[in-house]
Amino acid sequence: MRSYLDHAATTPVRPEALDAMLPFLGGPTGNPSGMHASARAARQAVDDARERVAALLGAAPGDVIFTSGGTEADNLAVHAAVESGTGGGGSGGRTGGQGGGSVVCSAIEHAAVLRACRRQADRTGAALRLVPAGADGIVDLDALGEACDEGTVLVAVMAVNNEVGSIQPIADVATITRSKAPGAALLVDAVQAVPWTDAAPLTATADLVAVSAHKFGGPMGVGALVARGRAAVAPLIVGGGQERDRRAGTPNVAGIAGMAAALAASEATRAATVDRVAALRDRLVDGLVAAAPSLSETGDRARKVAGNAHVTVAGIDAEELLVLLDAAGVDASSGSSCASGAIEPSHVLVAMGMASSARSGLRLSLGWTTTAADVDLALEVVPEAVARLED
Amino acid sequence: MRVLVAMSGGVDSSVAAALAAREHGPENVMGATLRLWGGPSDSGCCSVADVEDARRVAERLGLVHHVFNLADEFEERVVAPYVADHAAGLTPNPCIECNRSIKFDRLLERARRLGFDAVATGHHARRETGPSGRHRLVRGADPTKDQSYVLSMLGQDQLARVRFPIGAMTKAEVRAEAERLGLRTAAKPDSQDVCFIRSDTGRERFLADRIDLHPGRLVDDGTGAPVGEVAAVELVTVGQRRGMGHGTDGRRRYVTAIDVRAGEVRVGPPEAAMATGVDLHTLTWVDGPVGPGAPVVAQCSAHGVPLPATLEDPGAPGRLRVRFDRPARRVAPGQTVALYDASDPDAVVGSGVVA
Repeated sequence: MRSYLDHAATTPVRPEALDAMLPFLGGPTGNPSGMHASARAARQAVDDARERVAALLGAAPGDVIFTSGGTEADNLAVHAAVESGTGGGGSGGRTGGQGGGSVVCSAIEHAAVLRACRRQADRTGAALRLVPAGADGIVDLDALGEACDEGTVLVAVMAVNNEVGSIQPIADVATITRSKAPGAALLVDAVQAVPWTDAAPLTATADLVAVSAHKFGGPMGVGALVARGRAAVAPLIVGGGQERDRRAGTPNVAGIAGMAAALAASEATRAATVDRVAALRDRLVDGLVAAAPSLSETGDRARKVAGNAHVTVAGIDAEELLVLLDAAGVDASSGSSCASGAIEPSHVLVAMGMASSARSGLRLSLGWTTTAADVDLALEVVPEAVARLED
Repeated sequence: MRVLVAMSGGVDSSVAAALAAREHGPENVMGATLRLWGGPSDSGCCSVADVEDARRVAERLGLVHHVFNLADEFEERVVAPYVADHAAGLTPNPCIECNRSIKFDRLLERARRLGFDAVATGHHARRETGPSGRHRLVRGADPTKDQSYVLSMLGQDQLARVRFPIGAMTKAEVRAEAERLGLRTAAKPDSQDVCFIRSDTGRERFLADRIDLHPGRLVDDGTGAPVGEVAAVELVTVGQRRGMGHGTDGRRRYVTAIDVRAGEVRVGPPEAAMATGVDLHTLTWVDGPVGPGAPVVAQCSAHGVPLPATLEDPGAPGRLRVRFDRPARRVAPGQTVALYDASDPDAVVGSGVVA
């Protein structure tokens, strides 16, 4: 057997999502923009999905912009906030459109946010300010407050870090943003949050919230940006005016239907899944640390999502560890990869003050299908592989 | 036997992987592409397109394939010394340093930790093992593609764990085999230049971004008279003719020596560009040292003409003098000289770096 422990990268499609998608994959499907019965059926599916997603995320249907995934949602959000100045302060929010202002971004953001912020800052002449995190993987709120000012057009802090699983104090982030950077839009990348935490408080406080279907049992290639009423969103992709002129292109009808069904299934079972998976994760991490003294758990478990087990392995290159785990049947991950597929040193661990471990991070991420047997195999294989590399 | 094949995305290593898979079974062979260079480059083995080629070939052969990120090590052990050597007026060979410290050091070590018995590469060279178990390093079967020069620093420890599956094939045979197997790299052009230097902006731009380049005086080697100027002494190579002009006798001038600190490049007539020998340091031996007095054949560049020579003791510890039987073109300090067996001129006996 193999033990799939890379759910934070992608998690299996839920049967509810598959059922919701099949009608739009096998049979005749209209383009939702058309003026005929087939088109209406497709449009209704998208409208239904939009209402379902909005309700589950605590937003209004008109706030939901379907995208090709989390990365596009993040890019659209950054573009909207910086380029069109859709700050939370309403009409007074435009301070950094051309030349000046600042973009404040946590240093542990996913590359989709980091690189989008860097590009937009470069284009508009805004300063990019990166806010570090503590060894617990939580963004430094004092530093955040210092980075924000009247000229800040965007504050971006993720809900849950993708590498180490730390849950960020978004309510505090919002309070700081509103008081120190009243002109800024607050972007919360919730891509890693949705299957584990309630997203409604996020959409209630942030201006822009990004989610990705395949992280919670939907298909790859579909996601959404929730842009609350006030935020005018200038499109990143222009064309036929779909998504209320905020994201052009024929919508991924099957994917959107699957995303809504997956979200409903995920939310309906969330409490039970969190309890079950947290127990498995605790057994996994405790077992690993007990079996291999060179392993240390990253962050503060009480402030992490249930599905994340992250350790650093002193003196060992994660690249080598992953090759051995792969060969022994454990699908795991390290930090982020570059275009060639090579592992890059973790910018998250560097931002947490753990630069010396930046190439030694091992992420085992659990999900809705994870079983005790998956954990058992990892507990057998990981310490063996570590011992071999230490030999 | 488990083999890790270093796959650059080129045709040679593609076929090396195919032959290794045939010999040992695909389940015992893994492909690895090294990501060595994060900066801009248009040749060599680190572009995403090359990784894709390597991956597709591995997929076709049924091999597990990984990308190994050795960019930090490459920077530290190949690029930084390359830059420092140029700053000191030397002419380094980064491909040899990469073989010495990355492919046949870090990668071999990684392969051992991962449980592989050997690393195979697509080099045109042959490893032959005698009845005593000692290994020989022999020129590749295709004389126009032979790469024994860039492997001349290998010793027994490394050769014991290295395989060169295509060493007995000509390039035409390699391409034909790739074609026969339907590998997408079959017609891919060979890479030529230093992988981390872009061909459009070149070595000068690369070095100028990393070190200060200093203008220098050209000085006549015989009279000491100033005869011209160069834009950057760090870019000049001993033996270089281009840009050195002509002497009062109308003959071409060649660089005979470089003194970076003094900002001086000495030039002389064609005969001053010749040398009777060359002193080497950083000596390596394929199968134990070969002492002074031994006849050898010296090769001073990747595809240089083999020069009959005799080894001598220059009287300095850790050094060896190669006395050419007939005067030969001066070899730039920093370059590697590969030494071959005079009685078996396809077999490498060792190497050294020009002092």
